[in-house]
Amino acid sequence: MSALTSLARLEAVAAGAARPLATVRHCHVSDAPLVLVPLKLAGEAAAPLAVMAGSERDDPSLLVVPQPRNRDLRFAFAADLAKLVLNHIETSHGAVEELPPAKDGEERIRYGDAPQFLVPNRGGVAFLRLMGRSTRFRSTEGPYAVDPTVPVLGRWLTWFADRHDHPGSSLLGAMTELLRLHWATGQSSLEDGNLAALMGWIAPPDGLDGPAAAARAEDPVICPPAGPATDPTFDNEVLAPAVAAYDRSGPGSRAEERLRAALAGQLTPTWDLMWQAADLLRALPEGASVPGRWERDRDAFTYYHQTFGEAYPQARRDPPVRAARRLHDLERAQDAYDAQRAFDDPLVMAEHRLAGQAFGGVVTECDPTRLDETGKRPKLRPHLRVETQDPVRLDPGATVCNAARPALKGRIMEIEDGTVLLELTGGMGRKLTPEPGAVPQPGDRVCFTSLTDGSFGAAKFPDREDTPWTHGGPPEEYVPTGEDAKEDWS
Amino acid sequence: MTDTAPDLDRLRGAAPPRNHDARTIAALTSNPGCARRGVMDAAGVDKDAVAQELGFPAPFGQSQFAITRGNAFEAQVKADGCAELLTLLRDGLGLDVPEVAYDDLELVAGNEGRELRHSRTRRLLARALETGEGTLFDHPLLRLEIAGRPAYLEPDVIAFQLAGRLHVIEIKSFAVVDGQAEPEQVAAAARQSAVYVLALRRLVTELGHDPGRVSHEVFLVCPENFSNRPSATPLDVRPQLAVLERQLTRLTRVDAILAELPGDLTFEPGEALGASVRAVEARYAPECMAGCEMALFCRDEARACGETGALGRSVRDDLGGVDTIGTALALADASLTPSDDLAETAAQLQAAARLRAEALQGVA
Repeated sequence: MSALTSLARLEAVAAGAARPLATVRHCHVSDAPLVLVPLKLAGEAAAPLAVMAGSERDDPSLLVVPQPRNRDLRFAFAADLAKLVLNHIETSHGAVEELPPAKDGEERIRYGDAPQFLVPNRGGVAFLRLMGRSTRFRSTEGPYAVDPTVPVLGRWLTWFADRHDHPGSSLLGAMTELLRLHWATGQSSLEDGNLAALMGWIAPPDGLDGPAAAARAEDPVICPPAGPATDPTFDNEVLAPAVAAYDRSGPGSRAEERLRAALAGQLTPTWDLMWQAADLLRALPEGASVPGRWERDRDAFTYYHQTFGEAYPQARRDPPVRAARRLHDLERAQDAYDAQRAFDDPLVMAEHRLAGQAFGGVVTECDPTRLDETGKRPKLRPHLRVETQDPVRLDPGATVCNAARPALKGRIMEIEDGTVLLELTGGMGRKLTPEPGAVPQPGDRVCFTSLTDGSFGAAKFPDREDTPWTHGGPPEEYVPTGEDAKEDWS
Repeated sequence: MTDTAPDLDRLRGAAPPRNHDARTIAALTSNPGCARRGVMDAAGVDKDAVAQELGFPAPFGQSQFAITRGNAFEAQVKADGCAELLTLLRDGLGLDVPEVAYDDLELVAGNEGRELRHSRTRRLLARALETGEGTLFDHPLLRLEIAGRPAYLEPDVIAFQLAGRLHVIEIKSFAVVDGQAEPEQVAAAARQSAVYVLALRRLVTELGHDPGRVSHEVFLVCPENFSNRPSATPLDVRPQLAVLERQLTRLTRVDAILAELPGDLTFEPGEALGASVRAVEARYAPECMAGCEMALFCRDEARACGETGALGRSVRDDLGGVDTIGTALALADASLTPSDDLAETAAQLQAAARLRAEALQGVA
C-alpha cells in the first residue's frame, strides 16, 4: 500500500465505484482456463465437500462428496477430480516448440501453451495445496490402494500451488488477488477478500452502485461465500439434513440429487462471477512483459511435465539447498516482476515517482552531441535537463534508465529546484553521434527511474551432496514409504 | 472499582452479566482504544443481543460440522482421564510425567456458581503448589482484572503441573500439517493462552507464590496432518504476554469513560438503544470483524461518517492520520488549505493525485 493506492480507495468511495490501479493487464489470462471453485467441510483441514470445475463457462462439472466423512467417497472424489484436472493438463499444453540447443548441447523444447487454473481466492489456493499434500503420497497398491490418478493429481496440485508463490506466475491465479492488482475499491482489503463484494465494486449489477452491490454480496443467502469455507447457516440448515438424508437413502437416491442441487446452488453464483471476472481482465490491454513471464511459466511447466515420470512426489519439507535456491528464485522473481510492472504501466511507475525512485517531466534543455573528452578516447555523453514536479529522492551519481526505453541509461549530475540534469551514458548506438530518435528532444515528456529489470543476479548453491554442516549436512535421499501412503485421512 | 459497579449494572439493564471469553480478551489486545467495546465488556453486556437488536447481527455463526469435530477431538484427547494427552506428553515430548491425578473443576457439587467455582480452583491450585500433588486440572475458572473490573475467564484448557511448575494446555481442532498450521489460528491460540497464563500467574501471586511457577511455555494440542491423532507442540507465549500486560495497564480505565457518559445511559433493548450505543465512542478497524460482535454496526457508523479507518489501518496511516475521507480528498485537490501539521500530508496527497491523473490521462 502507498498513498497512491490509498488515494485511489478514497476516490472509489467518493465515486461509489472501483478505480483503476493499472492501465494494462499484468497477468496472463488463457482462452480456456480451468476454473475451480472448491468447497470444504467446516472444521476439517482439507476434507473436500464439492468442486465446480471446467474450462467452459456453459459446461461446469460438479463433483460432490455426499458424505464428507467417508474415506472411500473422498478418494472416489479425488479420482474424479484427477480425471478432470489431468485431462485439462494434457489437452491444453499445445504443440511442442523446438528451441535452439542449450550451451551444453542438450536439446530444449517448450510447450506452446500451458494450463492455467483459476480459483476464487487465496483460500482456494490453500485448499488445492492441502488437497495436493493429502493425495500425493497415496499408494496405488496394497491395503489402502487408491486410483492410480490420485497421487498424480496430488503432485500436480502441489506443483501448481508452489508456482502460485512465484511472483508474476499466472499458472494458478486467485481471482480476488488478480482483481485487486488492477482495481481499488472503497472497502478494506478484508472485504476485498469476498469475490462477490469485490466484483460488486468493479462491475455492479444493473441498477446498483458499488457500496450497494457489496452490501448485497455480504448476504450469504443472495451471494453464497466463494469457498472453500461454507456459510455456517447453510451448513446447519441445509447441508447437515441433506447429508443425513443421504446416509439413510444411499447412493443414487433422490436424497443424493437434492444434496447435489443444494451444493450447486452454493457454487453457481461464484462460478458465474469467475468467468465475468476473467472477461474483465481480458478486456484490459496486455502489459508488454506479460508474454515473457508466461513464457517462463511455460518453461517451468514443460520441465515438470517432461520429468514427471522420473521424479518422486514433492517432499514434505524441502531439503536445505533446495529451500535456499527456491527462496532465492522467489526473491529474483519478485524483483523482476516489480520492475517489469512499473515499466509496463505508467500508473505503477507513478508509485515509484511518488516514492522518489523515479521522476517524470518535460525536457527543457538538451545537448545531444556532447562528448566527454577527458579520457583517451572521446565518449558520447549527451546532457539532458528535465523539469519535474516529482519529489525526487535520488542522489547525484545514481544510475537511471528511461522508463519508455530502458536501454537508454544515464547518470544524475545535479538536482535543483525542480530540474534534474542527466548525463546519458548508453543506449544511443555505437557512434559519436546518437542514433536518430535515441535522445529525447526539448519538449518531450520523459520518465527516468532507478529501477532495473534483471539486476538481481543468479546465485550459486552447492549440490545436495555438498550441503554444509551448518545446514545439517547432506540430507538423506527421500524415498516415499508405506507410512506416507497409510496416513489417516479422517 | 466498587464505585463503578452500580453504574455498570445499570448499563446492562436487567440482563445477567456475561463472562469474558477468549474472543473478548483477544479483542481487548487488538483494539484497546475502543471505549465502546471497553465499556460493554466491562459491564458484561451481551453484545450479540445488542447488535441483533440494532439490526446488525454478528457474523459469527458456527457450523455444526466444526463444532462436532472440535468436541469429538477434545473428548478423544480427554477420554479415560486424559490418557491420550499423557501419552503425548510422555512419548511425544519426552516429559517425565510421574503419578497422575486428574481434577475436573467444571462443577462444584452440581452448582455452577462462578464464585464457588473460582474458589475451588484457588483451593486446589493452592494445595497443588504447596504439596506438588495433582497433575491435570481441567476447566479452571480464573479471574483477571480488566480495566479495573474483575472478569471471570472460563478457559477450555487444562492446567498441568510438572516439576513444581504449571503449564497451560490448550486443545484446538485445527490441523497441524507437517509441523505447520495456519498462522492466524496459531496466533489466536497463542494470544488466548497468554491470557490464561497471565490469569494463572495472578492467582499464583495471590496465593503467595512466585508467578514464575506458571510457565510461559504452553502446550498446544492439535490433530496431526489429516488424521484425528493428536500432536502436542510447545509454544512460547512470552511475546503475547508482554503485549497483553502492556495493553492491560494502558487500557483506558472504564471509570474515566463512565464519568463522561450521561448518567442514565443504558444498553437495554428499546428505541433508545442505538442512541445509547452511539453515545460511547468506538474506534472501528476492519480487524474488529474477526473478534467483536458489534463490528458490523460500528462499520456502518464509520462508513457513514466517512472515516478513513474503515478502509483499513494502513490506509489511514498512508494518509498521515487524516480521519475523514472528505478531508483527505479536499486536501488532495487543494480545495482545503491544510493546517501546519497537515502540510506535509497535503503535499504528498496532491503529488499522488497529480501523478494518478497524469498516468490515467492516456487511458481515459
